[in-house]
Amino acid sequence: MSNWIEIGHLNDIPRQGSRIVEGPDGNIAVIRTQDDSVFAIHDSCPHKQGPLSQGIVFGHKVACPLHNWAIDLGTGQAQAPDEGNVACYPTKIENDVVFLSLDKVGEKTGP
Amino acid sequence: MSKVSHKAKKLIVVGNGMAGMHAVEELLDLAPDLYEITVFGAEPHGNYNRILLSLVLSGEKKIEDIMINGRAWYDEHGITLHTDTKIVQIERGSKRVITDDGQAFEYDRLLLATGSDPVILPLPGHDLPGVIGFRDIHDVDTMIKATQDHKHAVVIGGGLLGLEAANGLMKQGMDVTVVHLMDTLMERQLDVTAGKMLQANLESRGLKFVLSAQSETILGTDRVTGLRLADGTEIPADILVMAVGIRPSTELAADCRLHFERGIVVDDSLLTFDPSIYAIGECAQHRGTAYGLVAPLFEQGRVVANHLAELGFITYKGSMTSTKLKVTGIDLFSAGDFIGDDTTEDIVFNDPGNGSYKKLVLKDGIIQGAVLYGDTVDGAWYFQLMRDQTDTKDIRSHLLFGQSHLGDSGHGGENAAAALPDDAEICGCNGVCKGDVVKAITEHNLFTLDEVRAHTKASSSCGSCTGLVEQIMASTLGSDFSKSEKEKPVCGCTALTHEDVRAAIIKEDLKDIPTTMRFLNWQTEDGCPTCRPALNYYLLCAWPGEYIDDAQARFINERAHGNIQKDGTYSVVPRMWGGITTPKELRAIADVADKFKIPTVKVTGGQRIDLFGVAKSDLPAVWKDLNDAGMVSGHAYGKSLRTVKTCAGQQWCRFGTQDSIKLGIALERMTWGSWTPHKYKIAVSGCPRNCAEATIKDFGVVAVDSGFELHIAGNGGIKVRVTDLLCKVESESEVMEYAGAFMQLYREQARYLDRTAPWVERVGLTYVQEQMVNDEANRKALYERFLHSQTFSQSDPWKENYSDPKKRAEFETLTTLGQS
Ligand SMILES: Cc1cc2nc3c(=O)[nH]c(=O)nc-3n(C[C@H](O)[C@H](O)[C@H](O)COP(=O)(O)OP(=O)(O)OC[C@H]3O[C@@H](n4cnc5c(N)ncnc54)[C@H](O)[C@@H]3O)c2cc1C
Ligand code: HEM
Ligand code: SF4
Repeated sequence: MSNWIEIGHLNDIPRQGSRIVEGPDGNIAVIRTQDDSVFAIHDSCPHKQGPLSQGIVFGHKVACPLHNWAIDLGTGQAQAPDEGNVACYPTKIENDVVFLSLDKVGEKTGP
Repeated sequence: MSKVSHKAKKLIVVGNGMAGMHAVEELLDLAPDLYEITVFGAEPHGNYNRILLSLVLSGEKKIEDIMINGRAWYDEHGITLHTDTKIVQIERGSKRVITDDGQAFEYDRLLLATGSDPVILPLPGHDLPGVIGFRDIHDVDTMIKATQDHKHAVVIGGGLLGLEAANGLMKQGMDVTVVHLMDTLMERQLDVTAGKMLQANLESRGLKFVLSAQSETILGTDRVTGLRLADGTEIPADILVMAVGIRPSTELAADCRLHFERGIVVDDSLLTFDPSIYAIGECAQHRGTAYGLVAPLFEQGRVVANHLAELGFITYKGSMTSTKLKVTGIDLFSAGDFIGDDTTEDIVFNDPGNGSYKKLVLKDGIIQGAVLYGDTVDGAWYFQLMRDQTDTKDIRSHLLFGQSHLGDSGHGGENAAAALPDDAEICGCNGVCKGDVVKAITEHNLFTLDEVRAHTKASSSCGSCTGLVEQIMASTLGSDFSKSEKEKPVCGCTALTHEDVRAAIIKEDLKDIPTTMRFLNWQTEDGCPTCRPALNYYLLCAWPGEYIDDAQARFINERAHGNIQKDGTYSVVPRMWGGITTPKELRAIADVADKFKIPTVKVTGGQRIDLFGVAKSDLPAVWKDLNDAGMVSGHAYGKSLRTVKTCAGQQWCRFGTQDSIKLGIALERMTWGSWTPHKYKIAVSGCPRNCAEATIKDFGVVAVDSGFELHIAGNGGIKVRVTDLLCKVESESEVMEYAGAFMQLYREQARYLDRTAPWVERVGLTYVQEQMVNDEANRKALYERFLHSQTFSQSDPWKENYSDPKKRAEFETLTTLGQS
């Protein structure tokens, strides 16, 4: 069972942008895509720990600001040919209020 | 396991080779569900990389290393594959193909990709066992088997393929003689001088040559034993490879009366004379040419897929090809017309002692062809100048010395890619060796620079090794696969080029990113990190004051107004106009450094002070303190004006002829805040001693007694480039006008991420002079437009960010969560 925590209003997060939530295991990037979906991933690229929250958001992906790795927001997977994975957190939106669960999906792996 | 029933249309592909499967891959990207696809291949294998057969023969690769798509790939995409099955007939009336075992299959669309067949000279004895062509896995198997218990090999044909066969057989321990009809090797790719250099090199490795030789009879009864030439010479041979050319395979077309000449004739959409049948690859003939290399079929595959997918918005206009011999250790490059005629002129560099030869053929300043032997690092550059039809008049004096003759840093001065050992470092930024690049190319079947960058990271940071990587690719793949810059789409989201997009923005009155994407049929919902920043810039430049900057389309540095550092902190650089500061400013900087415990304070190369290691959440407060002391953002992070450096100048210096400090400050006041395609630096020196190093800046002013020299398009950094002299002017007000006009010309015409140096190299200094030196009205108009757009861009981004709560939010965490 997920333990939902309210983290803010949808409009606190810019569209195609992100905000940071400080979590118990480090920062979490909460990212709002063009279509108003909200994703939460560990704010650290599997490559060289770049802050993913600072990247350009496109489709359901974010490009790491350090070396342009593209990370899939749904799975946390780096786009081929790069290899690596970053933990994701479940989110939900109810009446434009964004909730996050700390039950991580996936673990960080990388080179 | 084909999941087919719901797919309405049937596509049949004849030929399971490189062209056919590349087109299918492209089609699957565009319209995965449109067709039920069936592929017929005469060979008993999946799809493999034919050009690497040479490396299989030389023992550098195994068959399994060169497979591109195995059975699993076909299954995964629901494609039915019939290997070892030849199509022997096409019934165009009933739209059916017939296999060699008599089965019939119906099609709605038919794609012919049957490649070519090696030409076998009809000499007496040509059908003896041991006489073969060099085309497929079967041929290579036969050759390798022969090397196990035989000694002598003869290769007829001293072209690319023949030499690669000869080299491979020699590496397998055979005694090899190459028999060639002409008096020069590779006469279709090389002129006589380069041909002789190549021959000497191959001879020193142990190959034997008989040139100007007419083959007459192949000797032997049960198996080939030798070759007799017209002059009576007999050469022993246990295996004889015919590599005298290829012939597009057109039997199917001939049989069903589909129009063909040398190859099957196709139009710009790769359609044959039958509206249901397309043809691509070596079997096709487009605008009179049937190609014999891989590079064209990539473009063809993209176009035919576009038409098969019923989009039909791109056309094929033909390809220019270049060749490289894939013999380890030999650097050789050729492209275009390298012989020339009465209307052309040659520039030649010949240093036999150093094993280096270069020849360029020019017509009216435009490169028509090139032959390079030994030092080939500039092959890709010449090829690009040739395809882009660039006028080389302005760079003629150093053209032969290559693009990098002015001291590129970062690749150790290496110029000969193929001669390098595998452990030679190619990319100094990412520590990538030659062996890594070759391995990635052959293991992952890479064909483009972008793919190599993605897989190895070589050339993906500073780019100074790009020429070397391109040469390694060319020597591994035998050709240059890069696209002409002019035709390169902005990114994978669109088929349009930068120029197309910019023109459309103005012509169609497109005023924001989503509208632009929708109008221009972008293939993605909201673009990618390559196109969004470019579009944002183009819109900003086109509609000053109207377009609202889209922060989410900017890289983080331009969004956070600081450079992100490798630990995720930022740097802060306040502007110091013309490099001048005051005790008050210095005190404020010192106070900020103390207050926020800023770990490093450094004087930059741009005559100002950099505060390193500021946490993102501290940025607004740091900015406010600096702002209160009168300082604004230095844009040290932006694709925008960075600094204006000045020297001491007339005010203090005993050599000074003009007041460089005052002029520098005026220039910085005029240009700060403007966004440009890439970063932009200015400097002003008070006399020709040039202490401000103005001749390696985007715009440099050097004062002389009678006025000012204006220099453009210089560059420090990786590729040091000294400026070109634009012109001389007399007054400070003219300097201002020219500075603004040049910056605006660059803003309006360069592609996003072009520095001034490559842009001016591309369009030519003469062009810039025509636009803004000779044409006074145009200069004034450019200057006007620059000043107009500056009226909207000169507000301090620091202030905007810390005083607007919405913008400030970007720098604050949303919330903090406790332990769960
Ligand atoms: C040894 C070698 C080295 C080469 N090196 C280079 C190089 O360095 N650089 C470069 O650019 N190019 C090189 N080439 C050329 C390059 O391989 C070809 O340009 C390319 O493979 C052409 O692709 P294609 O699909 O048109 O033909 P192919 O790859 O030949 O594919 C055609 C396929 O169709 C099959 N087929 C033909 N007729 C029928 C039929 N009736 N029914 C069913 N199947 C049929 C054939 O068996 C074949 O498998 C080299 C070629 C060879 C042989
Ligand atoms: C022709 C020989 C040169 C002479 C006579 C010369 C003279 C001077 C003088 C007198 C100064 C001091 C100005 C002051 O009082 O602060 C100076 C500063 C400087 N010089 Fe040179 N210089 C020469 C060549 C160069 C060269 C080749 C470079 C580098 C490319 C260079 C770079 C500098 C720099 C960076 C400064 C400091 C400028 C500043 O802080 O504004 N100089 N030079
Ligand atoms: S460039 Fe000339 S005027 Fe300027 S500091 Fe150097 S010597 Fe003096």
